[in-house]
Amino acid sequence: MREPRHGLRLLAIWFVLALVADLLIWFAWYPHLPPGDMSESAKHQQFDIAVLAVMAAPVVIAVLLYFGYAIVVWRAKPDDDGDGEPIYGNTKVQLIWIAGTSLIVLSLAVFGTVELIGPAGAGAGEGPSPVWKLAGTQTASWTPGGNDMLQVQVIGQQWDWTYRYPQFGGMESSTLYLPLDTPVTFHVTSLDVIHSFWAYQLGVKADANPQVDNVAYTTAKQLGGFTVRCNELCGIWHGAMYNYGKVVSQTDFQTWAAGVQDKEQADGLIADLPAYALTYDPTVLSELTSSNNINKVDGITGAAGYYYPPSDPVTP
Amino acid sequence: MAIDIASKARPGDATGERPWWVRPGVHTGVAGAAVGYILGHLLGNFLSSGYAQNALSDSNDVPIVLGYALAVLGWLAGLGVFNDLFRMVLGKPLPEVTHKNGTGLAKYFRYTLDHKVVGIQYLFGMIGYFLTGGLFAMAIRSELLSPSYHLMGPNEYLMVVGEHGTMMMMMMSSVILGPFGQYFGPILIGSKRVAFPRLEALGFWLTPAAYVLLLSGILFGGFPTGWTGYEPLATQAKQGMDAYYFAFGLMGVSMILAGFNMIVTVINYRAPGMRWSRLPMFVWSMFTVSFLQVLSVPVLVGACYMGLMDRTFQTALFSNQLGGSSFLYEDLFWFFGHPEVYILALPGFGIISEVVSVFCRKPLFGYKVAAAGMLGVGILSFFVWQHHLFDSGINPDMRPLFMLTTELISIPTGFIFLVGMGTFWKAKIRFSIPMLFALAFYFNFLIGGISGVFLSDVPADTTEHGSFFVMAHFHYTIMGGLIFAFMAGVYYWLPKMTGIKLNERLGRIHFWTMFIFFNTTFLPLFALGLMGMPRRVFEYARNLETLNDWVSISAFCLGVSILIFLINFVMSMLFWREPEVGNPWRARSLEWQLSSPPPPENFERVPVILAGSYDYGVKDALPVAELHPPAGVIVGAYAGTGAGPNGTEV
Repeated sequence: MREPRHGLRLLAIWFVLALVADLLIWFAWYPHLPPGDMSESAKHQQFDIAVLAVMAAPVVIAVLLYFGYAIVVWRAKPDDDGDGEPIYGNTKVQLIWIAGTSLIVLSLAVFGTVELIGPAGAGAGEGPSPVWKLAGTQTASWTPGGNDMLQVQVIGQQWDWTYRYPQFGGMESSTLYLPLDTPVTFHVTSLDVIHSFWAYQLGVKADANPQVDNVAYTTAKQLGGFTVRCNELCGIWHGAMYNYGKVVSQTDFQTWAAGVQDKEQADGLIADLPAYALTYDPTVLSELTSSNNINKVDGITGAAGYYYPPSDPVTP
Repeated sequence: MAIDIASKARPGDATGERPWWVRPGVHTGVAGAAVGYILGHLLGNFLSSGYAQNALSDSNDVPIVLGYALAVLGWLAGLGVFNDLFRMVLGKPLPEVTHKNGTGLAKYFRYTLDHKVVGIQYLFGMIGYFLTGGLFAMAIRSELLSPSYHLMGPNEYLMVVGEHGTMMMMMMSSVILGPFGQYFGPILIGSKRVAFPRLEALGFWLTPAAYVLLLSGILFGGFPTGWTGYEPLATQAKQGMDAYYFAFGLMGVSMILAGFNMIVTVINYRAPGMRWSRLPMFVWSMFTVSFLQVLSVPVLVGACYMGLMDRTFQTALFSNQLGGSSFLYEDLFWFFGHPEVYILALPGFGIISEVVSVFCRKPLFGYKVAAAGMLGVGILSFFVWQHHLFDSGINPDMRPLFMLTTELISIPTGFIFLVGMGTFWKAKIRFSIPMLFALAFYFNFLIGGISGVFLSDVPADTTEHGSFFVMAHFHYTIMGGLIFAFMAGVYYWLPKMTGIKLNERLGRIHFWTMFIFFNTTFLPLFALGLMGMPRRVFEYARNLETLNDWVSISAFCLGVSILIFLINFVMSMLFWREPEVGNPWRARSLEWQLSSPPPPENFERVPVILAGSYDYGVKDALPVAELHPPAGVIVGAYAGTGAGPNGTEV
């Protein structure tokens, strides 16, 4: 029997399988891939995952197909205890392999870089001095309609999230409200250990480090609710450190934020809160606020209504 | 332990040696450790009483850390590690270092300077580590059966997570370099011994100490940080944290020692004719891994040391509020941590390359490519660590670079696949159990590697980082890669190490259950991660419960599979004892030309290597070595060069 042309066979089967897999991934799976398309950064992450899946599927299929083919075609017959052909290598095959993998890998690196820089860090925390900034008008007070950048501070502490809005008198909320179609800057920081702010549906993830202002950007593109979870192990109730957020229209947001600001103003909370800053030292804070009722009013202020006393558990 | 059970000879019968209980061994080591701990604790109390309270955790850690330190010294002193040192100090002659196996079981419970004994010690030690870590994994999966806590409180859950992760990481770095590297490294290069037998034995005897110290953290309530030990959570934690830092650091020292010994042995103790181009792939992998260990692990030891300083003497190296930096710890840890994952991957490549060539009955395809792949992975692994910190808040300027280096590393990793696939081309494949594990290795490592590319892309990583996706990824590479390779090694080499083979039928049941349940356990974890489940939590969204239950049940089945292996191992070694003394795989490589188990000192004479070990299917291929070269041949070969083969008796 003439030796069949294994390479050609494999190539033909591979091409069909890879094509089917890629078409399925792109047209059937892509719209359902996480993290969805609720925001600009989420959209880009979803796009990246889809592109990587389209690149990966042919590679996985090629390797699995090859091994499957080999197992079937080149298994030793029961009565055959001979050796295989002594092939020590094949320069052409090796060069093609190296060139092929290098090409894939380098194009992925270029693609990843473009996708990182284009969408302003793609929702990842960029540290105190971001390199890739989101466009938006920096204003002292936020108004709907324009392209004003909304500043939101995210304060993590064991084991709760608090959101602070400097453009609304520095009021605090335990629910993260965001306006639709508005560039948002998150300033993520922590009062004790390292947490990680993960707004899953928004495609934003930034570690909350004590004494560090970690900046991340996004623009919400859909109305609706989303979840915020802590993504860095921060102690025993790490898993319970989650709350919820909501994307509302720009006017609804304006109404909500102004309402909360007025109420906290009237309650005297904003006056009691420490001045807005990019990071807080709880040791100093508690000294500043020791004479007033910061921990007690409504149970919602002062980073969820509670700053730690100086020795437990933050600093000596 | 089963090794010499049939041997009736007892030490002291003929040689006049003292009986085992008055010689240093495990029992004197335990006594030394107990004394050391008490002394250290008292010393710590004396030094620190009244002032050295850890203000974050409100505890005094100095007595515990000093207790650990002196306990380790006491353990080593009790084992007799320092005896030769004292002899030198006192000017007494050193006893001759012999590499001959003693008789009886006692040599396995002693500071024995024979690399084959150390290999067996490592094998049992690492299986012990693995089973303990596996039990913790079962506990984790039991807790994750429901989305709120039902079995353990949050503190116990984190304790179990931390113990599982750290125990497995400590074990994995030695699971192949330990048993197979120490045992077969010297044999495969044609040497009678390793370069530094004392360092080698010390490296092993630190691992039981690290094991006990890590578990002792449970007595103090465990540590809440997982295996990464991030600051400043670690400074805030209670005293169980000391166990993590001390045990991990100690294991680091063991890895460094093993690495040094392996490097020097491979460079200096190769038999004549064992050119670099003939070095078996397994030795190449051990050699590369040893460099990674020697260069990266000291950073871990330093980080653990600094963490202990923060906890005991209140330095603030990692406290942002006090001028330290929590980023410093993250950088130090991952500068070690990323080479570490290749310390785990490369030995797998090595074993698999050996196995594939033997059971394909073909030469290894692209020998140089395989070696280059290992070196390439090894070198690149030092330049990728910040991909663990893409969301951390470190300045992002370097992100494109780290994305590039991370993706570049898949090129040399691809070489390993090229070598495997090329070897399968027109092969005559035998599906022995080691070969089945090798095939499963390629399958698992492919999924693990490809998912790694998803993690290297910063935007995609922003969703995946810190989620179950990452967890699934590294279980695929470590459990699916390294442990499958380890199992291939066990079925392949155990007959050589003990002269006894494992039961074939149970072995096949073990393989198929392990392969199937491994994949049903870890494949759904990718989906769980993408659906938003972070690592190390037991509170998860209700809609993920069904999938989590599926994973848990699969994990229990995987546990049963490991149990089957254990039954097979124990029964075959102790009771069935089916002998396998020949060359059952018809392998060419050097170790299979010796008796099973190999004789004391491996070779009667230093062999002369004549050919590479992969020349299957070559007509009139030379045997791999001349095991009984005529006396004087080697001396003649070196005559006039002024050099001689080190440590070899010609």
